Amino acid sequence: MDDDPAIEATGLTKSYGALRVLDAVDLAVARGTVFSLLGPNGAGKTTMVRILATLARADAGTARVAGFDVAAQRREVRRRISLTGQYAAVDEVQTGAENLRMMGRLFGQSARAAGARATELLERFELTDAGARRVATYSGGMRRRLDLAASLVGRPEVIFLDEPTTGLDPRSRQAMWDEITRLVGGGTTVFLTTQYLEEADRLADRIAVIDDGRVVAEGTPAQLKRRVSDQRLDLVLTDDETFRDVARSLGNRIVVRDPAALRLGVATDGSAAHVRALLDEIDPRSVAVRRFAVHDATLDDVFLALTGHATSPDKESAHA
Amino acid sequence: MSDLALPTPNIAATPGRPAALADARTMAARCVRLSSRNLDALITSLMLPVVLMLVFVELFGGAIETGTAYVTYVVPGVILLCAGFGSATTAVTVSADMTGGIIDRLRSMDVGGPAVLAGHVAASVARNAVSTVLVFGVAVLIGFRPHAAPLDVLAAVAVLLAFVVALSWLAAAFGLVARTPEAANGFQFLILFLPYASSAFVPIDTMPSWIQGFAAHQPITPVIETLRGLLLGTPVANAPWTALAWCAGILAVSIALSGVLFRRRTR
Repeated sequence: MDDDPAIEATGLTKSYGALRVLDAVDLAVARGTVFSLLGPNGAGKTTMVRILATLARADAGTARVAGFDVAAQRREVRRRISLTGQYAAVDEVQTGAENLRMMGRLFGQSARAAGARATELLERFELTDAGARRVATYSGGMRRRLDLAASLVGRPEVIFLDEPTTGLDPRSRQAMWDEITRLVGGGTTVFLTTQYLEEADRLADRIAVIDDGRVVAEGTPAQLKRRVSDQRLDLVLTDDETFRDVARSLGNRIVVRDPAALRLGVATDGSAAHVRALLDEIDPRSVAVRRFAVHDATLDDVFLALTGHATSPDKESAHA
Repeated sequence: MSDLALPTPNIAATPGRPAALADARTMAARCVRLSSRNLDALITSLMLPVVLMLVFVELFGGAIETGTAYVTYVVPGVILLCAGFGSATTAVTVSADMTGGIIDRLRSMDVGGPAVLAGHVAASVARNAVSTVLVFGVAVLIGFRPHAAPLDVLAAVAVLLAFVVALSWLAAAFGLVARTPEAANGFQFLILFLPYASSAFVPIDTMPSWIQGFAAHQPITPVIETLRGLLLGTPVANAPWTALAWCAGILAVSIALSGVLFRRRTR
């Protein structure tokens, strides 16, 4: 039983009109782990979450969540999951405590049990003082915390978080990360979508990179980083001829290529030793490189490395 | 503290369908709370009927000849106008839920469409109870004197309740179709107009002949006639039954329609 994956999807396919949003996606998520679906806007992340959380039906393929089929055993699945979407699913004119108690009642808890659970969750999410205030007065970070708290009222086995930190300031993002880490410590399975490489890296046991409805890479953060470094060394070269020479010698190690600006990017781990070795290799006589800079790799870099093309424009918002 | 995150499967304490009733109750409590805290909308829905009554009785009343004191003639109509307006607000509240983030959470918790909509209808009944009492009180203050036996009052309340429930469900169905709460607002104007083409404010036989047929047979008129007859102690003939039949018909169609629309909207 415990060897069963918490989430298992086979050949999931979904189109909206002529637009194919998911194209035969296979996934497996072990129980008690964090799985991150990483991709840009329009890659199909939200659609994937909606299908797994029983809110949308796949055109083809099957999925099992917590051991039950998402299409045929919807009710069984719904009892074991929770979903926190991109838009806060709490009532602004109710207080934090009222929102949580309402969720408890909808989960079939008695008034008393729902009240106790609400108090417990407010405390855990450091919202005790704000519990009696209307949500309309909350900051963005507090709202997300309440939203996450609301999704835990029913003690779900599998938690879906659709871009839980998009739009949050760094401090609130850190707080969300801490919470998610604690959840998994308790044995819950978390399925998380994100546009941030750093977020997936920090939280996930396994990452699937999704692009245009297809999984283009899947593995542990370490495995993926072996393919895509999390830092990038940018070089601005002195002239066209040097640019061509260096580009030729680096070959397929180049992740960014901008001839107009005479700029090349190569993956690095960011350590002084590695950067120095790269510079020595590229420019042994110290004449070819005019300037250099080390950046955090962006999702664009990952995409370029994994798919050979840049991230595609926003498509998902039309039906998100 | 430590068991907070334990993945204990949540098996509802009461399995099966009674959960839908309990959910509807929870949703009703929620919607009543939302209504009572939405001050702008609340004040509008309470003040507008009172202002309308004052306009009709004090400004128009002197010029309108209905055979009785105009306040006596018009109060049932204003009560109905106010109930219609109040019920139509349901379209806006339903639409606000459907376009917000909460509907996905509710669905992923297996709260059904009927429970969600019933909550809105229940809140509509509560809002209308308050506004009707208010309008009635103001009516008495400006000279309305009902002549009704207690049973007649009960019957009038029952017909009005049926009207509010039916119209609120219809409004809920409209709220499911509307793409935004602003668009859903349009339903209120539709409903606000219907009483004018009925016997609510002037007797039908004073209207142009081409509209008399519509005015006599549209659903508002039998409800008005029932309220007026029961409150003033005059004969009602079979108006109450016609009114109830209309309400039952509207209710049945609205519930069926909203069931289909909810499923389609949330696919």
